[in-house]
Amino acid sequence: MKFFSRTFPLIATLATATLCSGPTRAADKVVAGFIYVGPKDDYGYNQAHSEGCRGVQKLSWVKGVEEASVPETTAVQETMRNMINLDGASVLFPTSFGYFDPHILKVAKQYPKVQFVHCGGLYTEGKHPANVGSYFGYIDEAVYVAGIVAGHATKSGKLGFIAAKPIPQVLRNINAFALGAQSVNPKATVQVIFTGEWSMPVKEAEAATSLINQGVDALTCHVDSPKVILETAERRGIFVTGYHANGAKLAPKGYLTGAEWNWSKVYTDYAEAVKAGKSLAAGTIPHLVRGGIKEGFVKVSDYGPAVTDAAKADAEAAKAKFLAGTMVIFKGPLKDNTGKEILPEGKDLAQQALELESMGWLVAGVIGSTKN
Amino acid sequence: MITESIGGWGVVIGILAGAVRGGTPFLLVSLGECLTEKSGKINLGLEGVLLIGAMSAYAVSYQTGSPWVGVAAAGIAGAILGAIHAFLVSRPKVNDIAAGIAMLIFGSGCAFFLGKPYIQPSAPQLPAIALGGWSSIPQVEAALKISPLFFFGVAAAFLLQAFFRSTRWGMQVRAVGDSPAAAQALGISVPRTRFAAIVTGSALGGMGGAHLSLFYPGAWTEAISSGQGLMAVALVIFARWNPVKCLWASLLFGGAQAVGPSLQAVGISTGYYLWNASPYILTLGVMILTCSPKRTLIGAPGALGSSS
Repeated sequence: MKFFSRTFPLIATLATATLCSGPTRAADKVVAGFIYVGPKDDYGYNQAHSEGCRGVQKLSWVKGVEEASVPETTAVQETMRNMINLDGASVLFPTSFGYFDPHILKVAKQYPKVQFVHCGGLYTEGKHPANVGSYFGYIDEAVYVAGIVAGHATKSGKLGFIAAKPIPQVLRNINAFALGAQSVNPKATVQVIFTGEWSMPVKEAEAATSLINQGVDALTCHVDSPKVILETAERRGIFVTGYHANGAKLAPKGYLTGAEWNWSKVYTDYAEAVKAGKSLAAGTIPHLVRGGIKEGFVKVSDYGPAVTDAAKADAEAAKAKFLAGTMVIFKGPLKDNTGKEILPEGKDLAQQALELESMGWLVAGVIGSTKN
Repeated sequence: MITESIGGWGVVIGILAGAVRGGTPFLLVSLGECLTEKSGKINLGLEGVLLIGAMSAYAVSYQTGSPWVGVAAAGIAGAILGAIHAFLVSRPKVNDIAAGIAMLIFGSGCAFFLGKPYIQPSAPQLPAIALGGWSSIPQVEAALKISPLFFFGVAAAFLLQAFFRSTRWGMQVRAVGDSPAAAQALGISVPRTRFAAIVTGSALGGMGGAHLSLFYPGAWTEAISSGQGLMAVALVIFARWNPVKCLWASLLFGGAQAVGPSLQAVGISTGYYLWNASPYILTLGVMILTCSPKRTLIGAPGALGSSS
C-alpha cells in the first residue's frame, strides 16, 4: 500500500474519496456545497445564491458549506474535491455558468455517488454524466411584472435597460421588461445599453448616466451586481427596478420593485430529495428543473413608496395570472424591432418553449441591436 | 425630476463629463507614476495601489462616517504599498518590473481579502462641487457636479510641473532619474530620493482609488479598477513624463471610456464592443506609435529601467 500511495497518489486519493462520499456519511446529515464566482454579498447573482444556502440551512438536517470568489478554472475542481473529501458533501451546487464544461463534467465522473447540480441549463442526456443535473428559473416572469410597474411610473415614456451581453437569457429579460411596460403603457420604449462585461462598475455607471441624460426616468439592468446602477439612479432621482436580489436599501426613494431569485425553495427541494435517498443517476431526481413565479423559483420585490395603487393593481393581476399558470408573455402577433414578424396572430410561446432559450431578437419598442 | 432628452448634445456632454469623471483616477495614478519614473524607477504595482486605495477609502469612510478621512486613509494605504515597493527595488539586482508585478498581485489580493465585509454596506460619499447652478439643463447641471479630487489632481499636475522645473528637490529627482552616478557625485542620496518619490507617487495613486469608491462609480467591488492602474502607466509614456500632459491624456482616456455608453444611449449600437474597447485601443496605439528600437523616447528619464 505504501508503494501504491507513493507511486499512484491519484488512485489513493480516489479510493479515500469514494469511501468518504459513501452513503454511511451522507445518512446522518445532508452536506450541500455551494460555489460562487464572486463575493456572496454583492447585491447580485451570488448574493441570491448565498441567500438560498442560508435558506436551506434552516433545515436542521442540512449542513451548507460555501466558497465564494472561485474562478472558472481548475480552481473550481479543487474546491469541489475538497467539499466532497473534507466536508463530505453529497450534493454540490456550483452556480456559475463557466463551471459546467469542463470542470463539473470532469469531477462528476470521478464521484458518481455525488449529485452535481448546475445553475443554468446546459445538461444534455446521454452526453453528460448521469449524476449531473441543471436548474434554472423563468425570471422573465418577475421582470415582466417589474416592467408593468416601471411602465406606470415613467413620465417620459422612456425606460432604460443596462445589459451585460446579448445572449438569450438577457434578451429574454429585456423583451419581458418591454412587453410588461407596453401592456400598461403602449407607447413606452426601452433603450438598451450593452456593457459587454458581467461586472464593469465604471461602465455601468457611465451607461446609467448616459441613459438618464437622454431622458430615461425608469431604469433596470441585467448585470452581475446591480449595486452601482441602483445607486446612480437614486442619486439622479429617477426610478429603478432591481435584479437578482432585493436592492430596496440602495435606492430607498426610487426603488419600485425588482425581479429576485428564490433559490431557498429550489435548494430545499434538492436537499429533501437527497435525504430521501433519491439520485440523478437513478432518475428519481429530474435532470432538468425549471420554474417561475408559480413554482416559487422567482419572486417580485415588495413595492417601493413611489408605486401607485393603479400600478400595484396591474402588477398583482399579472402575478395572479402567473400563479394560475394562464399568463403568456410572448404571444402573437409579435414583431421584432426591425419590423420582422416573430409570432403570427394566434400563436403563443409558453414559458417552456425551447425557442425562448435561443432568443436572438428584441421586440418592437426596444431601441438597441443584438448584433455587436 | 424629468429630464428632457437633448439628443446628440447628450453624446457630447456625456463624453466631456465622462472625461472629467472617468479621467480623475487616470490623472492621479499617472501623476504618481510620473513622479516615480522621473526618479528612474517603474512602479507597475499602481493597479494594486489603486485597488487598495479604493478599498481603504470605502472602508474607512464607512467606519468613521467621513469620506475625507477615507481619502487620507487611501493615501496612507497607497504609501505603505509604495514603501514596500521602494524597499524592494532599492535592493541590488531587483528588477523593478518584476517587483511591480508582484506588488500588483499583492496589493489587489490584500484589497480583495480585507474588502470582503465592505462590499455590501453603503459608505458616505465625497460631496460633489456643483458648478452647474447657472444652467437650467439638468444634464449640464449633472455633468458639472465635479469630484473634489479632480481639482486636487489638476492642482497637483501644475504643482508637479513647477516642482520639476524650478525647485531644488524637483531637480534632484530629475538628476537621480537621468544619471544616478552624477547625482551621487553631487552628494544627492539616490536611494532616499527614489524612496520619497515612489512613496509619494503611490500615495497619489491610492487617492485615485478613493475617487473610484467614494465618488464615481462610488462603490467598492473587486472589479472597480478593471485595469485602469495599468493603463495609467502607459499614459505616462503617452504624456512624455510631463505632468500637465498627463492631465490632458487622462481626460482623453476618461472620455474614451464614455464613448461606447453615450453612443448606445442615443441608439447608435453598431460596433459597441469596439467603442467599449477604445481606451485599450488607444493604449495599444500609443505604445506602437511611440516604440522604436533605435532611440529612447524624448523626455524619458535616462536611467529608467536600467539596473543602476
